[in-house]
Amino acid sequence: MPITETDIEKIAQLAHLEITDDERRLFAPQISEIVTYVEQLNAIDTSEVEPALGGLTPEGEQTVSWRRDEVQPSLGQELALDQAPDAAAGHFRVPKVLG
Amino acid sequence: MDSISNLRDGIVRGETTARAATESALNAAEKLNDTLNAFLEIDRDGALNRAEAIDATIKSDDETAALSAMPLAGIPIAIKDNICVRGMQTSCGSRILGPYHPPYNATAIERLITAGSVIIGKTNCDEFAMGSSNENSAFGPVKNPWDISRVPGGSSGGSAAAVAAGIVPVALGSDTGGSVRQPAALCGVIGLKPTYGRVSRYGLVAFGSSLDQIGVLARVASDAAAVLQVIAGRDPHDATSADVPVPDYSAELNRAIKGMRLGVSRALLGEGLSADVRAAIEESIEAYRDLGAEIVDIDLPHAKYAIAVYYIIATAEASSNLARYDGVRYGFRAEDAPALKQMYRKTRDEGFGPEVKRRIMLGTYVLSAGYYDAYYLKAQKVRTLLRQDFARAFQKCDAVLTPTTPTPAFLFGEKVDDPLAMYLNDIFTVTANLAGVPGISLPCGLSSEGLPIGLQLMGPYWSEARLLRLAHAYQKANPLTARPRIHA
Repeated sequence: MPITETDIEKIAQLAHLEITDDERRLFAPQISEIVTYVEQLNAIDTSEVEPALGGLTPEGEQTVSWRRDEVQPSLGQELALDQAPDAAAGHFRVPKVLG
Repeated sequence: MDSISNLRDGIVRGETTARAATESALNAAEKLNDTLNAFLEIDRDGALNRAEAIDATIKSDDETAALSAMPLAGIPIAIKDNICVRGMQTSCGSRILGPYHPPYNATAIERLITAGSVIIGKTNCDEFAMGSSNENSAFGPVKNPWDISRVPGGSSGGSAAAVAAGIVPVALGSDTGGSVRQPAALCGVIGLKPTYGRVSRYGLVAFGSSLDQIGVLARVASDAAAVLQVIAGRDPHDATSADVPVPDYSAELNRAIKGMRLGVSRALLGEGLSADVRAAIEESIEAYRDLGAEIVDIDLPHAKYAIAVYYIIATAEASSNLARYDGVRYGFRAEDAPALKQMYRKTRDEGFGPEVKRRIMLGTYVLSAGYYDAYYLKAQKVRTLLRQDFARAFQKCDAVLTPTTPTPAFLFGEKVDDPLAMYLNDIFTVTANLAGVPGISLPCGLSSEGLPIGLQLMGPYWSEARLLRLAHAYQKANPLTARPRIHA
């Protein structure tokens, strides 16, 4: 299916990406070509096939990952905020939410 | 360069020191970095302190105790810059992580440190491990030590180049669709991608969560075995790490491979394969026959769809995983955005490179309303068929043999404007990630231009010991004696 520059703009919105006009012109034919390529899968009959969701092996599926719901030591507020671009008063600070 | 076991024994016996081994690796890394750009960070002070601490422990311990506590005592190692090491940067080859320094160690790193190895630095890679040539690193590409006008492969190109150039005996990489095996092939070293769930991914920056696995790059199979031994095994911090016993990977390395059955799919050796690669693969098939292996015909009828399946699943998972880079909690934030939504968009626009944006958009598209069933669900169903192909193949053979890549290392710029051509470079490697099975690439000769060619072996789940044994047998009988032009 051909992907237009309008489609690219819509997808970029969904993905929270700001893209330039140049990028739009570059990406539209490239992503179209890739989508056309992957559409070869339509030739395969998968009506009786279960999807392979996740990558686990049978042994991985049997591995019990439950643990007791007990408080464990964690990073702590100071370390968690240490690398924030803008932290204030024990919080992450962001620009205003409503434009 | 010594093998890990020789170097370690020398250090433990006092014939050399961890400091000397570390200093020599650091010197080589620093000297060659202008040429190769393999390292994004070299931690001279940290590595030397660590090496001195190991030397002090060895002096105060007896030889046997030191050996059993630290199987990698004093071994210098390089780590791909998408695996968290406390005290060093983690950039993932991207601008969006800014000055990020993780406050914790990945589990694989914690285990390497406990085993006595010395991390000398973080290696360059394609941005967020997305690429087959290293041209997608925000910090410039790694050069192939065999020919610096050619790509080292990707995405773990820095780790592969560091090992090939003799800077370190081993390095860690990550492999989502071939990112350990493909650069290993193009740089003439061993690259092992373990079974999905074999190595904890806690502290590995996520790309495609149902495909990602930490892997090992090494010059020889025995060194890869020594490192896998340390990093393999269940970790409560990673729910996908499996509770499967870790065998002794070195114990069976020297066993003969007589009677082992190697499966070859003739259909996979068809079009698109360079003549040099085809010839090298035919020769290695003969070499395995000489070692007593039996060659059997197998068929992987859905392998031809693997790239299509892979680029739906990997981009879908990436679009979700990379949503976390929003300029709020860590890393880079764009300036002068008036409101939150603009800040997200501007940060991601300035922080991500074109290939990452392309993949996020493709992934967003295939997951979007109205297209999910047609693309994502369809791909997951074909993935099931591919897994069944492998299960059937492994009833007839002990391992599947293919080339690792269709061509040897290509020139910089050759495929950069054609994403699909670049993706097709991964045709032989993505299948192992989709099926979850382990794969290893080993050097199997040189092209007419003197570039290394890689042979890939894939085995059933948890068959790393078998793959390492097959690689070891081949390397012993057919060692790659040529050295890259750029070498420590």
